Amino acid sequence: MTTDITEEIPEAGTVPPPGGAPGRRKVPSGHRRLLTRRDRLTLGLMAGLPTVLHIALVWVTALASIALAFTTWDGIGFDAIRWVGLQNFRELFEQNPQFWPAVRHNVVWFAVLIVIPTPLGLFLAVQLDKRIRFSRVYQTAFFLPVVLSMAVIGFVWQLVYNPDTGLINSVIGANEPGKYIDWIGDPDLNLWAVLIAASWRHTGYMMILYLAGLKSVDPSLREAAALDGAGEWQAFRNVIFPTLRPTNTIVLVVTVIEALRAFDLVFVFNGGAEGTELLSILVTSNIIGESSRIGYGSAIAVVLLLISLVVIVPYLVSTFRKERRA
Amino acid sequence: MRRTPSGLTLPDPSRRTLLRGIGGAAALGAGIPLLSACGGSGTAADPKTITLGSKASDPVPKKAFADIYAAFRKKSGLTVDVNTKDSNTFQEQINSYLQGTPDDVFTWFAGYRMQFFAAKGLATPIDDVWETIGGNFPDAMKALSKGEDGKYYFVPLYTYPWAVFYRKSLFAEKGYEVPTTWDDFLALCERMQKDGLVPIAFGDKDAWPALGTFDQLNFRKNGYEFHVDLMAGKASWTDAKVRAAFDLWAEILPFHQEGAMGRTWQDAAQTLVAKKAGMYLLGTFVAQQFTDPADLDDLDFFAFPEIDPAHGQETVEAPTDGFMLSKSPKNKAGSVELLEYLGSPEAEEIYLESDPSVVAASTKADTSAYTALQKKAYEMISGAGNLTQFMDRDSRPDFTSTVMQPALQKFIRDPKGIDALLTSIERQKKTIFASS
Repeated sequence: MTTDITEEIPEAGTVPPPGGAPGRRKVPSGHRRLLTRRDRLTLGLMAGLPTVLHIALVWVTALASIALAFTTWDGIGFDAIRWVGLQNFRELFEQNPQFWPAVRHNVVWFAVLIVIPTPLGLFLAVQLDKRIRFSRVYQTAFFLPVVLSMAVIGFVWQLVYNPDTGLINSVIGANEPGKYIDWIGDPDLNLWAVLIAASWRHTGYMMILYLAGLKSVDPSLREAAALDGAGEWQAFRNVIFPTLRPTNTIVLVVTVIEALRAFDLVFVFNGGAEGTELLSILVTSNIIGESSRIGYGSAIAVVLLLISLVVIVPYLVSTFRKERRA
Repeated sequence: MRRTPSGLTLPDPSRRTLLRGIGGAAALGAGIPLLSACGGSGTAADPKTITLGSKASDPVPKKAFADIYAAFRKKSGLTVDVNTKDSNTFQEQINSYLQGTPDDVFTWFAGYRMQFFAAKGLATPIDDVWETIGGNFPDAMKALSKGEDGKYYFVPLYTYPWAVFYRKSLFAEKGYEVPTTWDDFLALCERMQKDGLVPIAFGDKDAWPALGTFDQLNFRKNGYEFHVDLMAGKASWTDAKVRAAFDLWAEILPFHQEGAMGRTWQDAAQTLVAKKAGMYLLGTFVAQQFTDPADLDDLDFFAFPEIDPAHGQETVEAPTDGFMLSKSPKNKAGSVELLEYLGSPEAEEIYLESDPSVVAASTKADTSAYTALQKKAYEMISGAGNLTQFMDRDSRPDFTSTVMQPALQKFIRDPKGIDALLTSIERQKKTIFASS
């Protein structure tokens, strides 16, 4: 950065590069009158500290874990890091019996959230938007699960699913030998059991997003549709739903994030045992612990990162394109 | 509060799990022990103080340990500055803790987990301590306290056996007899089933209890040496011997409680308390679930039955907890003095006064105050030909938690798929054991 630019745009000089000593005392800079030394220090710290923290905690760690994905390391001493190239990935793709189920379950997680709670949330939002009686009560009731953390939801639903003492088995008498239904342990059932709990929460989330979207629909559009003689369904399909496009984008992004970060509910539920494996849980179980497989766990994290990028990059590209156009 | 006998990080619905989950999420991309400097006390060496990192965060052991340190202070004039951490957190952070500035002495487990850190140079050999305390311990305990290099690294304090638990009154009422051979055991299972009981209580939601069942079957069928080799990654999981152990398991699997994968060991123990189940293979900590003193008096156990007469019932699984000396203790002389005290019968007696769910590791400790259950446990351990720890203490914890726990859950659900499963275990084992 040259001095004339600094003079032309005084603001630009207010943020010195972190750690860099502003040694240009001779320059009779115009902004000196505006900003005292102290101000500049303050601003520098305000911009510099977050930058340093961001780089250290986000970029360095992300890049370090990408690098570590090509090594084997037990976490003891940096000299124990050994390069193994693609071996972790080969092992992951070919040998780990939990990897492909985990990928599949993350996809199923996304698909289910899109197919069940999202339309349900939209449906509820449309109903509540009609200002029916007690609409606030319903709104609160459906939104309540969203306030709870996933881990708490996990505990709550365990009371329902517990095969010996849980609500379902006690009511239908399925906790006896012969008729036993193991909601938490049976790999054919447990993913769906968890997904019901996840959907229970997601529906409320979607409802609120759509409700906000519906509130911003111009009332004159509805009026015009009504004047044209459109029925309720026609008006919704041809007029209201198309105006919800921005909301739909948000919903899609939120759901993708929910599907990729799915972790806490399952971790509490059964620790990602057979039937509920998830990538995030595989990462954790390999990295956390006393003799951890940090390289291997990082490789799984990189796979998760790549999957996230596949979703995030097109979204960012389209968003930026829109902004540039605007 | 729960004891995790395997000591492993176990998914368990508790506040700790959540904290662990959060910690885990934070550690995800990191991989670098950034925080390794935390945890140790950075104070300058004080010849009158020894720092001690403790994972005994539950109230009962915490108090029992505090009593020992108080007695030590009275005797030696040295203060033990205890730095207690939640036991699960302690285990998770042990890696970075020992690499940073650890306390002089720390609580840990015997067996492979001790040897692992000893081999990494994160602990100081304590042969000098053992010159003093050696006479207090049986040979099996001595072997458990040595690193791979043959030096001592560990001072054992207490231990507890795994066995088959049952209720005396139920056995008396139905006329059951304690089985000592495999055939007797099978016959008893069948009889119990006919009587409308669940022969063997079982809960494997936390994924580690099944490791204990495999241990018993394997060392009864194939002997101690093979078991050790298998755990150390030397023997092959595709060996016909391993397959034979699993075949025996498949034989008794139908007698196990249904739906084990959705049940915790605590819930499974409740079926034994309620006399709905006839037997339960677990560690003595199962007694914690017997809250009514009358029920507790009724609790008894027997050693897992003999399978191969060549090996009899000589091997006992007895996880042992104790102390280690960190790599460069600030107060070495004081630490040695403390460890010598911890290895004395006196220290063990103080501990057992407050925590009667375990037994002393030393043969010199006074056993007169023991409950009937403790006496039996003590006899079982002191009479053992060989002691094992537990699969995840005798083998690499990363192998047992990421490979064996899910694999055994799979086996329990689908015993027919055993061959493919063993091939998969063996392949994964090779890469893990080759990694460092």
